[in-house]
Amino acid sequence: MGKELRQTIKTITSHHLKKNKSQVFGQNLTGVGWVAGTLPKLFEKDGVIELPMADVAGGGIVTGSALMGKRPIYIIRYQGYNWFNCIFIVNYACKSNAIWKIPCPMMIRGISSEGSIGPVAGSAHISTIYKMPGLKIFSPMTNKEYSNVYKNFMKSKDVFYISEHRSSYSNTREFKNDLTGNKDIILMPISVTRFAAEKAKLILEKKGFSVGIIHLVNLKPFLIKSEWIKAIKKSKFGVLMTDNDYVDGVLRILAHQINEKTNKPVSVLGLDDKTAGHHKKVDNLPPNELKIVERIKIIIKKK
Amino acid sequence: MINNKRNFSLNVFERASICRHFENEVYKRIVKKEIEFPVYLSAGQEYAPATIAEIVSIKKIKPLIFGQHRGHSIYLSFGGDINKLIKELKGKKDGCTYGMGGSLSIHSMKINMYGHDGFMGSNACIGTGACFSSKKPTIIFIGDAALEEDYVLASLSWVSKKKLPILFVVDDNNYAVLTKKDERRDWEAKELAKAFKMQSFDMMDDPMKISKYLKKSLFKKPTLVNIHTQRIFWHAGAGKDKENVFDRYLQQKKLLGRKADLLDEKIKKRMKLLWEKN
Ligand SMILES: Cc1ncc(C[n+]2csc(CCOP(=O)(O)OP(=O)(O)O)c2C)c(N)n1
Repeated sequence: MGKELRQTIKTITSHHLKKNKSQVFGQNLTGVGWVAGTLPKLFEKDGVIELPMADVAGGGIVTGSALMGKRPIYIIRYQGYNWFNCIFIVNYACKSNAIWKIPCPMMIRGISSEGSIGPVAGSAHISTIYKMPGLKIFSPMTNKEYSNVYKNFMKSKDVFYISEHRSSYSNTREFKNDLTGNKDIILMPISVTRFAAEKAKLILEKKGFSVGIIHLVNLKPFLIKSEWIKAIKKSKFGVLMTDNDYVDGVLRILAHQINEKTNKPVSVLGLDDKTAGHHKKVDNLPPNELKIVERIKIIIKKK
Repeated sequence: MINNKRNFSLNVFERASICRHFENEVYKRIVKKEIEFPVYLSAGQEYAPATIAEIVSIKKIKPLIFGQHRGHSIYLSFGGDINKLIKELKGKKDGCTYGMGGSLSIHSMKINMYGHDGFMGSNACIGTGACFSSKKPTIIFIGDAALEEDYVLASLSWVSKKKLPILFVVDDNNYAVLTKKDERRDWEAKELAKAFKMQSFDMMDDPMKISKYLKKSLFKKPTLVNIHTQRIFWHAGAGKDKENVFDRYLQQKKLLGRKADLLDEKIKKRMKLLWEKN
């Protein structure tokens, strides 16, 4: 068994606290599973700071810490709280270097998850903050991806938002893009939908389709590599993008950019445009492999 | 600490005079439309920052400073570069905030003054975090309206819990733009801070009173001081809401006599010259 992602995050955090004398801020950090096992069992004296239950102020406090060059880590336990937690980060920390030439780097760990947690807490919510200048957004799901993002953070003057997913914490594998040969369609999944997209790819290939995949980790800035453009242009039916945020957000922004660069149709599959309830029957979940397969069949049939 | 009250008063007066004549020069340029973005003049409210700047200077403390939109007097009282502020208001690249700051977002690393983003009271949280992580003495200037922001209340609570070396200065001019305090709330800043177990005071902007309350305990424990001031000009821009508001600057000038008159004249000329030069 390889190392789980939660272990990597924990190791990075310990190192960051000890070596860089940094701080980790968040609510309800110490105890209650230590953030799903991603946080070392440390306390205020070690740099793990329990913020008050004042979500807007909390983001401002972390911004002040970042302004002092502490490179803090800020844990947002449910991304739905971005609405409160990110106000001063996107309006101060992200703009500080541009206005005052004072970098205000911090690493936000925004955790997404879903399944019976109702209308507020579930799913990813980076669409709420995506448009703001000075912000970098990543969604690593593997050990290597996470370590790379952290290394880049340590070299950067920017605010890094790491869009995590609870289901990825037990992940031990790495993902690989597949763009070999001529593809019928290319999947471009984000966050937890990357696991489902890999499964959907297998199902479709068994049925005789040729399916490519590009795993998206760097969401902002969103750089479309030339080999991606080539492969998409060559594909028969273009791209299907998937995500666990609402469909009318980041997904459509990125889809538009890909479409502009390739002139190929880009479909999107994210959370439906509806409010989730708590029971399974009324939940609003990200697309699973079956939903992805179903959508691809529709795209192919239309042509 | 303050051995010579008259010297102290004159030093505070000098700081306040720089602020006053600076603002009068800005006023003229707003009227002439040489400055077209919103400007938040601080005339009438100089005495809070001028007195506190003098106190920290005597104590040889260089605190972190977090102000909000009405910040010219904070910048000038604590020794921010006057030429650079003029250039900033003229939108020049060599202004104190590289031509990006306008009036609202000015900053100066020379005096540890951090800029404001425009959300009233955001500086309370950001200053609190900066103090928490650096453990440096910190002054946070807010208005009586900003104090009502939920996130400012939360900051007070945490500052108190963590026993941070912070001084909150509520520059209480009674107004949120034009809405008076008694239309907005039924509590006083001093009582509020007490509820959070902070040391708190309420006073007029009389320099001797401010120094009497702050000289001993400054930065020793979390403190809030509500200082009543009078805004002479509009909330933003050049104009007056009413005539004959009490003017602390003129009152001190009269009280301090000839020396103050001479300082006032000298600084008035200097400000005029600096504005013409830059
Ligand atoms: C979050 C937020 N809400 C509203 C405003 C609009 N606004 C600008 S200044 C102001 C009043 C501020 O009053 P106070 O804090 O007492 O400072 P003063 O202007 O009197 O110096 C308001 C409501 C704002 N800037 N930020």
